[in-house]
Amino acid sequence: MSEQAIRERMSGNEAVAEAIRQVNPDVMPAFPITPSTEIPQMVSTFIANGKVDTEFIPVESEHSAMSAAIGSEAAGARTMTATSSAGLALMWEELLLAASNRLPIALTLVNRTLSGPININCDHSDGMGARDTGWIQIYAENNQEAYDNYIQAFPIAEDKRVHLPIMICQDGFITSHAVENISLLPDAPVKEFVGTYEPEEFLLNPGKPIAVGPYSISAYAMEAKKAQAEAMENAREVILEVAERFEKMSGRKYGFFESYRLEDADYAMVIMGSAAGTAKQAVDELREQGMKVGILKIRVFRPFPEKEIAEALKNCKAVAIMDRTESYNGNCGPLGSEVTAGLYRNKVFLEAICYTYGLAGRDFTTDSVKGIFDQLRTLVEEKKPIPHNQYIGLRTRK
Amino acid sequence: MSKGNYSLKQILSQPERLTPGHRMCAGCGATIAVRAVLRGLHKEDHAVIGNATGCLEVSSYMYPYTSWEDSYIHNAFENAGATLGGVETAYKALKKKGVLKEDETFKFITFGGDGGTYDIGLQSLSGAMERGHDMVYVCYDNGAYMNTGIQRSSATPMFADTTTTPVGINSDGKIQYRKDLAAIIAEHYVPYVAQSTLTRDFTDLHRKSEKAIYTKGAAFLNLCTPCPRGWRYPMEDVMEICRLAVETCYWPLFEVDHGKWILNYTPKNKLPIEDFLRAQGRFAHMFKPGNEHLIELFQQEVDKRWEDLLYRCNRE
Repeated sequence: MSEQAIRERMSGNEAVAEAIRQVNPDVMPAFPITPSTEIPQMVSTFIANGKVDTEFIPVESEHSAMSAAIGSEAAGARTMTATSSAGLALMWEELLLAASNRLPIALTLVNRTLSGPININCDHSDGMGARDTGWIQIYAENNQEAYDNYIQAFPIAEDKRVHLPIMICQDGFITSHAVENISLLPDAPVKEFVGTYEPEEFLLNPGKPIAVGPYSISAYAMEAKKAQAEAMENAREVILEVAERFEKMSGRKYGFFESYRLEDADYAMVIMGSAAGTAKQAVDELREQGMKVGILKIRVFRPFPEKEIAEALKNCKAVAIMDRTESYNGNCGPLGSEVTAGLYRNKVFLEAICYTYGLAGRDFTTDSVKGIFDQLRTLVEEKKPIPHNQYIGLRTRK
Repeated sequence: MSKGNYSLKQILSQPERLTPGHRMCAGCGATIAVRAVLRGLHKEDHAVIGNATGCLEVSSYMYPYTSWEDSYIHNAFENAGATLGGVETAYKALKKKGVLKEDETFKFITFGGDGGTYDIGLQSLSGAMERGHDMVYVCYDNGAYMNTGIQRSSATPMFADTTTTPVGINSDGKIQYRKDLAAIIAEHYVPYVAQSTLTRDFTDLHRKSEKAIYTKGAAFLNLCTPCPRGWRYPMEDVMEICRLAVETCYWPLFEVDHGKWILNYTPKNKLPIEDFLRAQGRFAHMFKPGNEHLIELFQQEVDKRWEDLLYRCNRE
């Protein structure tokens, strides 16, 4: 199948729009917000030119975008939307309801920092802020992954073992607007791969009415939440199954995370999103100098693959955990918290230093990566204690 | 009011689409209104009913029981308009793709209280109306946040005693007049807007419900639905309270059909507003000696709004 690949060059937003065109979902409610605005614009243009028969709802806010998506998906229509930053924050209440109602909505999140101060550039504070809303979250390093992840989104979310909404994330501007080479799949196999949405129960089922969104008293509500948690557990195997099917179609392999030169590494960096590309470049350069370093790039953040991460890091001497968001908890960002907790629970004990980088679009360079690996080496070899929570790339006072 | 072929007895003999056993209070106007609206649906048509969070929702669909015979969706407090707009759009999409057969007809009706409609859900309602979803938004207006315990809303009438506008030595109740939501939605130039309440034989509400449901495009019904807890009247008086609301011109019956304002009822003898106020405990302080001016102010506002309505309905 991979011989049929179509060589193109496009931005991350264009790549996701292309995947949307191929999937041809039933309904898209959306509200513009930088840097995801292009996606509803492109879908609207597809509709205007008869390339898809999706119904677009030009809602008056992101809260209404997710509200309409919930109504549409519950009605039995395959539904998706796109947003960023404050748009996702405004959806927050509805994100929880989409998950609780077990509606496999697909949301393209083009990661942008949350206000304030208001800023349009990339960090992960929007996605991380929604990390406990019950959505599956998959992050991309580049346009290719954004495209590939989007095609896998519906088969994962709609699987009867899962039935949960899914967030397909890419970094604002860095991925969404930068034009890179990409290998696209032909329409027919994509359509076959994604299949049609066939919910067991839905509002528009003549003669089989259902009720959605009950008041649930304490005697029932906890079971509903547990069932939802189990669905998230089930998503693990489904994500891997779908990835395997995708590999057969595309030749591209995906898992919970990507290990890059990690097998024999003394020093590892856990990172997510576009900065992984920068980190890989630095690793290649450091390896040439003989330093055994590697990268663990998180792809699936929800469900969080802590056991697999602990296993992958168990032979390292130290790990740098990179957060592109601030948690304001006095310790470290969410990746820092979850990775260190996972290491502890799985009895993998090594030096773990948490770093905050790239907030609101701050540059993160190969030199930043090299500096971090040098810190880890000093910590281990010279046993010099260093702060466990550090900022990278801050302006220094003159 | 022209009765046409309408017979309350005949229409009540048909199966109810909101079944008994729900947990709404005795003497509540909302469920009476909901049943009347649903009688406007043609028997052969399916429906999806939406519902904003509120008394009606928490009392009619408490897991694992539902009182709704049709498909039903409650999402949250402030988004009944957007939610049902999504359902209606899904209907269009599934019809277009042939997933739903041509001869299967669904109608879309959503209910919200005044809290979910005048206040927190106003944006979502306005958006849904402006986009022109083929749906009916029904506001059951009981003039306060009754579900959370009688807090004022922008639909609460002036001087009402509520738990966030309590009457006291420095307070005569709510300071502001109420918002005229039917006019606001009419200014969206949607195909159909109507105001109604529970009248003796329900002719007015039945006709308007059927018209709202079967007019293509967005429609809005604003219904005065008294609340015995919040208004403090004996529960058996619900119909009398509604009659007084109409006869005092506090709650005029009118409709705006494709932009044309039509007055549906003019009282033969417009009753003084005291008749409406006196029947309700929430206005009791207005009848204390020294508070006559409160009643006068209330009457002035009712008169002014009635004149405005007559102007709208009589202009060429």
